[in-house]
Order: sequence, then structure tokens, then C-alpha cells
Amino acid sequence: MATISAWLKIDEERVVPALREAGEKLNGDGGEVLLDFSCVSRIVPSAVKAMENFARLADDRAVKVVLRDVNVDVYKVLKLVKLTPRFSFVSRDPRSPD
Amino acid sequence: MITSEAVKERVEIPLASETLSEERIAYLEGLVSQARTAAAVFTQFSQEDVDRIVKPMVLAGLEQAQHLARLAVEETKIGVMEDKVIKNMVATEFAYNYIKDKRTVGVIREFPERNLVEIAEPIGVIFSLTPITNPTSTVLFKCIMAIKTRNAVIFSPHPKAWRCCSEAVRIMYETALRHGAPEGVFTCLESHTLQDNAYLMKHKAVGLIDATGGPGAVKAAYSSGKPALGVGPGNTPVYLEKTADLNTAVVDIIISKTFDNGTICASEQTVVIDDEIYDLVLNKFAELGAHICNDKETKLLARTVIDPETGFMQPLAVGQKATDIARFVGLSVKPNTKLLIAPIQGVGREHPLSVEKLFPLLSVYRAKSVDEALKVCVDVNHAGGLGHTAVIFSRNDEVIRKFGEVINAGRLIVNSPGSIGALGAVYNDLVPTLSFGCGTGGGNSTTDNVNIYHYLNIKRLARRTQAHMWFRVPNQIYFNMNAVENVRNFPSRCTVIITNPAMEHIGHVDIVRRCMPEQTHVHVLVIPDAEPEVKVVVHGVETLNFYKADQIIALGGGSVIDAAKIMKLKYESPEADLQELAAPFLDLRKRVVQYPTEKLTRARLIAISTTSGTGSEVTPFAVLTDKEHGRKVTLADYSLSPDVAIVDPQFVMSMPKGLTADTGIDCLTHALEAGVSSYASPYTDADAMQAIRLVFKYLPIAYENPRDEEARCMMHNAACIAAMAFSNASVGVNHALAHAFGARFGVAHGRANALMLPHVIAYNAAVPTKFMPSPYTQGYVAHKKYATVADLLGLGGNTIEEKVKNLVAATEQLLDRLGFPRSIAELGISREEFERAIPDLTKLAFDDPSWRSNPRMPLMSELADLFWSAYHGRGVAQAANASQKQTA
Ligand SMILES: NC(=O)c1ccc[n+]([C@@H]2O[C@H](COP(=O)([O-])OP(=O)(O)OC[C@H]3O[C@@H](n4cnc5c(N)ncnc54)[C@H](O)[C@@H]3O)[C@@H](O)[C@H]2O)c1
Ligand SMILES: [Fe+2]
Repeated sequence: MATISAWLKIDEERVVPALREAGEKLNGDGGEVLLDFSCVSRIVPSAVKAMENFARLADDRAVKVVLRDVNVDVYKVLKLVKLTPRFSFVSRDPRSPD
Repeated sequence: MITSEAVKERVEIPLASETLSEERIAYLEGLVSQARTAAAVFTQFSQEDVDRIVKPMVLAGLEQAQHLARLAVEETKIGVMEDKVIKNMVATEFAYNYIKDKRTVGVIREFPERNLVEIAEPIGVIFSLTPITNPTSTVLFKCIMAIKTRNAVIFSPHPKAWRCCSEAVRIMYETALRHGAPEGVFTCLESHTLQDNAYLMKHKAVGLIDATGGPGAVKAAYSSGKPALGVGPGNTPVYLEKTADLNTAVVDIIISKTFDNGTICASEQTVVIDDEIYDLVLNKFAELGAHICNDKETKLLARTVIDPETGFMQPLAVGQKATDIARFVGLSVKPNTKLLIAPIQGVGREHPLSVEKLFPLLSVYRAKSVDEALKVCVDVNHAGGLGHTAVIFSRNDEVIRKFGEVINAGRLIVNSPGSIGALGAVYNDLVPTLSFGCGTGGGNSTTDNVNIYHYLNIKRLARRTQAHMWFRVPNQIYFNMNAVENVRNFPSRCTVIITNPAMEHIGHVDIVRRCMPEQTHVHVLVIPDAEPEVKVVVHGVETLNFYKADQIIALGGGSVIDAAKIMKLKYESPEADLQELAAPFLDLRKRVVQYPTEKLTRARLIAISTTSGTGSEVTPFAVLTDKEHGRKVTLADYSLSPDVAIVDPQFVMSMPKGLTADTGIDCLTHALEAGVSSYASPYTDADAMQAIRLVFKYLPIAYENPRDEEARCMMHNAACIAAMAFSNASVGVNHALAHAFGARFGVAHGRANALMLPHVIAYNAAVPTKFMPSPYTQGYVAHKKYATVADLLGLGGNTIEEKVKNLVAATEQLLDRLGFPRSIAELGISREEFERAIPDLTKLAFDDPSWRSNPRMPLMSELADLFWSAYHGRGVAQAANASQKQTA
């Protein structure tokens, strides 16, 4: 099983700094980063840019990026800017307490 | 819009972009990426978000209208500052007025009565070319439209209007950004080349090219392979007709043609004036500041302002004042001259001034008649103005309508100025715009005034509609013993009883005669004892005409009643073409041919059935035999339904056993097919189920004991009730097979049905290879309905599969009890003969409209299989079908 190197909850107001910080934490030994988007209802252009950079960085470090609970509006934005193939998407099981 | 540069630039914009440097490509990619991100982010915005941004943009545009107009005139040296201010204001205020309450996000329109909802999807990135003639106003307008529709725009202004345009973009962008628009939503190409344009036009992230420019730009946009809004050049003809209000007309034309020095491509180019008012009109023009050129002056202008090589206007003249043009070409005019007017004698290359002139020079033509005037206008329209704009001044509605018909222009402006009229919302209710679609005549995809709806993909959410259904039967049905007495209640001067020899012989005709009112003249027409043919119908109609009948009584089986229905049709509507009326159709309500509604005469049709099977006394169908082609044609229309049906069992007591069995099984087939039909409804189900129950109970009794009055009565009712079901739900594949087989091998209809019936039940109950598209049913239910029938008959079985099997078995037992052959082979038809017939049978069956309502769509190969199953017979077919899986 892949090791989870980071598990971050992203705050809608702080997408850019949160991704920057997460990027800094990425080490070179593979693994997986899970970003929880459940609190992000919308993203702005700078956040898109930050995600693009983060994806590039993760690629370089061979880290898999998993986005959790991305809403469909944000998902569509990522789709339109062709970013969806760069991430994996998971949704929380609605029955699970977390 | 055609521009001076555009005229020069008839050299097309190259689509190749190989010459771009890497840095330049990186720059362009940066713009696209920024725009794409902005557009993507924009998709999250609500209508309220968008409207919050649009309003301040409009206000900023109004605020800066003068500033931008001044910049535009300074930079382009074209047009009139004051007019450009107006254009900027129209582009903002008028556009806003039109769009402010329009929905452009999410659900934008709803059509509840059609179960349709329209939902907006933005385009994404728009690449926009703007012209030199209306530089800033076009930018303002497009920015407002783009925000309202959640699109990002990359602007490529005309190079000679770059500064004023980029200033307009800046003002719009900064305002939009301040009010929440996504970063990067507008950008403006810097120091760009045609290669840049070519690169962006082909870029896969660009969703739409909106090219407002000359023919070169428009053509490049359309050739890029991208969806494009390219709006082309004009050459506006004006017809000044003698009934017009001349004072209004002359002032309007001057307003329009001098507006921004004639740069709006919708402005008037050639005014065709009726002879009677020509001199008066020119005097009025002159009084109001126009200079009317003499011959010499006209020739001089033709040589100078029009390029003799290309035949197009000289770019240098575009947007210049009349006095400046006069000075430039060496014409002496008064200092306050607004407009130059040059009389021309025709249209085309030999008449240089008949083309588009985007400056205050107007051609005029003296027309001797309306006809000549319209033709000259058509000529002008075709000399470079197709699809664009045309103007007429007239009070004669007939002439206005004709003008509208013969002139190909997206905007046909009536009694108002062409240029400002075309812009919309000032002089009329056209949608305000700065881009005029010119339709295919101008090489464009639309004739509309380009507006917000062209910046949207409109998606249609189509909910399943509950199709309207119907239940129609004759409104008078009399049944039970001696129901025939009711005939007495129908007054008639002259009645023709149509019947066949057997009915006369048995004495049925006399019974009916006795029931006729005394004063009625009664004539009897005996037709051959066979299914109706055209020549029988023709003879019948002659008889009806001869006696001028006002009532027809059909007394007989399905054949007689069908013959009478067709006779009545031809008697009442002699023009009816039976061949045409029998044309194939998919849905009765949408079919191509219409039955005649105009009637020359009227006759009441009373149908008295003497067999218990077809139910023809209540159906809207009539079957005609086409001996020549060895086939039957079915006429179907509710106008064929008899007016009165009499279901009196006394007429069926005489039916021989074979006929009782044949017609009884026809009735059962009707009920079973209507029951599983894709047109079945609770109304028809009630009838179908009741009829099935009656047949299973009473048919064997009527068969074995023909004098049993109750059984006869119930079977007679069953036939009529089943017919009410299939009159509205139609039949199915069993009838298609039986029609084909019966016609080819001369087998009675009911008997042919019987040979197919068990195989068809098994076939419809199995999982279809192909489902039949049907808005009337939900899911596949044929097998379940057969199971319901089995329950109704108390046949037992636990699962649907078992119940269907029991129904097939019960049907087979019934057929056995009625002495039906078990197979086609038993009829003495050899295998070879049948094999030879199969291709034709299959084709005929497939062409038969009966199966269109079958729950399962038959493949040709399946029709052939069904024929073979019927050939081999029941036992074999049962084994073969046992392996077919039932639907759950
Ligand atoms: N219009 C419809 O809705 C409809 C529906 C199904 C079938 N049809 C058509 O109806 C025709 C078949 O009609 P049908 O089955 O009633 O048979 P039919 O009218 O052809 O009559 C069959 C034979 O029985 C005789 N006959 C009729 N009544 C009799 C009686 N009471 N006693 C003794 N003999 C009697 C007739 O003279 C005839 O010789 C076919 O052309 C078929 O295509 C029409
Ligand atoms: Fe029938």
C-alpha cells in the first residue's frame, strides 16, 4: 500500500498558500498526498495556477496526488483546464462518520 | 463590417503560422492559458454574480464614451467624434437595456407546456477581431456580452485602431475585475500580426471566433475550422416609393448616411426613387444640405472614390466628411454640404458608384415603375450586400411585403434610417448589436443581430412527455338480441343496404327491411361474397349516387362492412385517392396523408355485423384487396368508423362452425395484440381483457353448440369490445404475418391468425432482440401482461414465465378444440413452395403497418423465423421457444 505522506484539509480562502506549503513538504520518495477539498466550494484563477504547479511538483517527485471530495463545479473547472488527469479523485463514503 | 483596411486587405489572412518565433508562441500560449483558466473559473459563477459585474461595466463605458470616441477618431482618422460617442453609448446602455433581465446562466428559459428547459453553457475562450470603423463601441459591446455569458475574450483589434481598442479593453477589464470577474477574462493582443491571428484562430483552446471585420478576416475565421461568427460587408439598397412620407424619408436618409461619416456598414448606398417623386426628393435633399452631382461630377467621383481596378471603394475615403471628399477629388461644393448625391443609371461594374461606399456619398436611381425599382434594389443587394441590410420608405403594405420577399437581407428596415435602424433598439425592436449577421448570402452562419445568445451554447433538457392518447369509438353502439330494431330511430329518405348473397339468402336482409321506417326508400346492393376490391367499391359508389342515398346500412361480416366504409368515403369525397390514403405511416397522428374533411354529400353509415370477429362495425379500419398485386391495403382513419354499430346476435346464429372459429380467433387475436400493444392504455386494457375472458369462455360453446344464444351473444359482444380495444391500441405482429400469409395463400384471415398466434405470444414474451421505441409505455411489459391474462383466465403458474407458458398452452388447446390445423404444413403447402414464398412473405409482413404497435420490434429474420415456426407447427415451436429467456 502506498504511504500517505500528507493529508491536508484545504481551506477555500487559502488554497494557494496551502498548496505551497504542501509542495514544500513533498519529499522525493514517492507515496501519496491526500488533499481534502470538502471545504472548497469555488476556486479562483490563482488557485488553478497553484494546482497546476503542485501537480508538476508532485510529478517530479513521483508523488501521487489524491483530491478528496472535490465538488462537481470545481471538478468541471479542473476538467476545462485539462488538470483532471493529473490527480486522482476520491469521495468520502457518505455513510462513514468522517 | 467592411472597413477601408478590409478592402485593401482582400489578400486573405494567412492561416499558416509557422513563421512565429518561439517567444511569440510562448506569449500567445500565455494569453490563451490565462483566458482558458478565467473561462473555466467563470463556469462557477451564478447569474447574480454575473449581473453584479455587468452593470458597473456598462456605467464605466458610458462614463468613458467621450474619451474613447475621441481616442478612436484621433487614431483612425475616421468618422465623427460626436457620432462615435453615441455609438459607444448605444453599445453600452442599449445593449444593457436588452440584456439586463435576460437569464444567461443555468436555466435560461422554460417551456413547461413542452417539457423543455434551456440551460446555458458558456463557450469558454472567444477570439475576437474588431474593426477600424467602430473600434471602441464594438469592444465595449463584446466585453459586456462576454461577461453576461461567462466567457473570456482575447481581442485582436484592427492594427490601426489598436490604441483606442486596448484602452476600451482596459477600462472594461479593470471594472470587471473590481467587481469579481476572474482574472484574465479579457486580454488584448499586443503589436500583433496576421500570423498571430492565424495561430489563435486555430488554437484548440479557442471555442469561437467572433470576427467583425472585412471579408478577409471573416473568411479567415470561417476557414479556420472553428465555429465562427463572421459578419460580412453590405451594400444597402433603399427603395423610396411614391407613397412614402418624403420629409421623413429624406431626413432619415441624411441622418443615417452621414452618421459617423457613413462608416456603419448598414448605411444607405443606393436610393431607388419612383419617377413621380424623383425631382421632388432631390430638391428636398438639396434643401437640407446635400450636393446633387451633375453628370460630369458623378463621373469624376466614379473615377476617384472607387478603385478602377478592384471596383471597390477607395479606403482613403472611408469615414471622411463630404466636404473633404469633394475637396480631395476636386469638386466644388458649398461649405456646409453634408452629403454628395450621384445619380446612376444602373448597377454593376459599368456603374462604379453602385457599390458600397462607407462615406457620405449616396447614389440615386430613377425608377419608372415599382417593378423596375424592386429589380434595381435586387441588383444592388446582389452587388455585395447579400444578407446584410435593406431599407424601404413606403406606406404601401403590399410593396413593403414584396420588398421583404425579394430582397435577401437580415435586416429589412422600414421607414427609418438604415444604419441606426440596423443597430437595433433605437428606431425599432431589433436586438441591439454592433455585429450584423449576413446569413449564407454573406458567407455567415446567421442573419441575426449578433447578441448574447450567440455567445452561449444553449442546451435543451427534454423531459419525457406523457404522450396524449385517445379512446375513440362510434358514439352509438346497440347490442343484445333484436338490437336491430334501433334502425327505426334513424330517419332517412333513401337507404342503401349493402350486403352479400348469403345474407339475402338467409333472410337477414328482410329482418333489416322490416325495421326500416315506413317513409324510407330502401334499396339493396348485393356485392360479391369476397373481401372488397376496388371495382366493387366503384360500383357501390355509382349506386349510392344513383339513389342519392342519405344512409348506408352495411349488413354482413368484415368484408361487407369494410366495403361500405370505403364506398361511403368515396361517395362523400369523390376526390379521395385510395392508393394515396393507404400510404404507410408510423404514427396515425403524424402521418403524411390526410383524409378528406370536405364532403360533397353526407350519408350515415350503420354497420350491422353478421360475424363475431373483425368488429369492423366499430373500427376506423377498412381492408381493401388489391388482387393485381396480391396484397391487402389497410385504410385507417377515424372518419371511416361507422356512425352507428348494431351488435345483434340474431345475425350470427347462422354462422357455420368454421366461420365461428375463424372469426372468434380473429377476435381473440385482436384482444391479445391490443393488450400487449405499445399503444395500450388502461382504457383499451379494460376492453382487451374482457374480450379475452369472453372468448375463452364462450367461443368453444358457440362453436360446439351454434344455437346457444348466450354464447353467441357474448361472442358477438366480445368481437365488438376487442375491436374497441384495437381501434385505439392497434394490433401487432400477428396481424402482419397473417395478412401476408393470408393474401399469398388465400387463407381466411382468422385462420391465418390462428396459425401464428401461439408463436407470437411466445415471441413477444421473450426478451426482445430489439425493443420498440414507444413514448406510451414504460419499460417492457408484454410478458407481464400475458401473465395477467393467464391470471384472469385462472390458468395458474407461479412465475411470469410459467404463466406465459400456460397461456400459450391454453391458446393451443382452444385452437385444437376449434379444429384448427396445427401447422401451415397441414394445409398441404409443400416445404419447397413455402421456402420460395418466404422472402416475399417476410417483405410483405415487414411493410404491414400492423406491427408498428407490437411491443417487440420484429427483425426481418425474426419474421421469417415466425413464419417457419408456424409452418412447422405448434408442438415444435413450443419446444424451440422454451429455451428463450423471459424478461424479468
Ligand atoms: N375493418 C376492420 O377493422 C377489420 C379488422 C379485421 C379484419 N378485417 C377484414 O375483414 C374481413 C374478414 O371479415 P369477416 O371475418 O367478418 O368475414 P367476411 O365478412 O369475409 O365473411 C366471411 C364469409 O362468411 C359469410 N357470412 C358472414 N356472416 C355470416 C353469417 N351470419 N352467417 C353465415 N355466413 C356468414 C360471408 O358471406 C362470407 O362468405 C377481411 O377482409 C379482414 O381483412 C377488417
Ligand atoms: Fe383481424
